[in-house]
Amino acid sequence: MWLLFSAGGVLAALLLPILLVLFGVLFPLGWLSPPSHEHLHTVLGHPLARVFLFAFCALLLVHGAHRFRYTLYDGLQIKHLNEFVNVLCYGGAILGSAVAAYLLWRVP
Amino acid sequence: MRASTGYTEYHPRWLRHRKSTYWWLERLSYLAFILRELSSVFVVWTVGFLLLLVHAVSQGDNSYRQFLSWSTSTPVLLLNLTSLSFVVFHAVTWFRLAPRAMVVHVRGRRLPGAWLAASNYLLWALATASVAWLLLGD
Repeated sequence: MWLLFSAGGVLAALLLPILLVLFGVLFPLGWLSPPSHEHLHTVLGHPLARVFLFAFCALLLVHGAHRFRYTLYDGLQIKHLNEFVNVLCYGGAILGSAVAAYLLWRVP
Repeated sequence: MRASTGYTEYHPRWLRHRKSTYWWLERLSYLAFILRELSSVFVVWTVGFLLLLVHAVSQGDNSYRQFLSWSTSTPVLLLNLTSLSFVVFHAVTWFRLAPRAMVVHVRGRRLPGAWLAASNYLLWALATASVAWLLLGD
C-alpha cells in the first residue's frame, strides 16, 4: 500500500499542477487557446496514452484514499469507525478506477 | 496496541490523555500537516475533472466545447483554483520531504539532500514541459 501511495504521490506532484493550470485556469480564463478536439482525440486515441492515464488515475485515487483515511483517523480521531472509513476510502478508489477504465476503454 | 484491547485485572487501563478534536489548530505546523493531508480531496476531485474531460472528448466536438464552457463557470473555476493551490502545496511538500525519506548512495557516499531535492524539481519542470508540449503542440 505504501508503494502505491508513494507512486500516486509522485505522479500527483509531477503532473497535476500543469494539468490544472491548463484545463482548470488558463483555458477557462481565455489566457491560452485550448487544444482542438481533433488533437486531444488523437492523443487519447493512442493505446499507450490510455494505459498510462488508467494507471495515473488509479494510483492517484489510491493515494487520495490512503491520505484521506489518515486525515479522518488523525484529524477527527474516529478510530471506532475505522472499518467503515477503510471501505469508504479504498472501495471508492477501486470504484473510481473501474469508472476510469470504462471511460478510457470507450474512447473511439 | 489494538483498539479492541480488553482490560483485565492484570492488564489495567492505559494512561492516555484525550486529545482535542481540534488539536491541529494548536500550532501552525499541525495546521500545515492537516492541510497537506486534505490535499487528497482535491487530488481526487482533479481526477474526476480529468475523467469528465476524457468522457467529453470521446463523445465528440460538441461535448468537448460544452465541457470547456462548463469549466469557465465560477464555481468550477473557483474549485479548480483552490485545487491548484492544494496540489502545488502537495507537490512542494512532497519534494521537500523526499530527501529525508530517500537515502541515495553514489560510490559509497551519501548524496546530499539538496541534490535530491534539486533533481526532483528538475524532474517536475521536465514533466510540466512535456505535458504542455503534448497538449499544446497542436
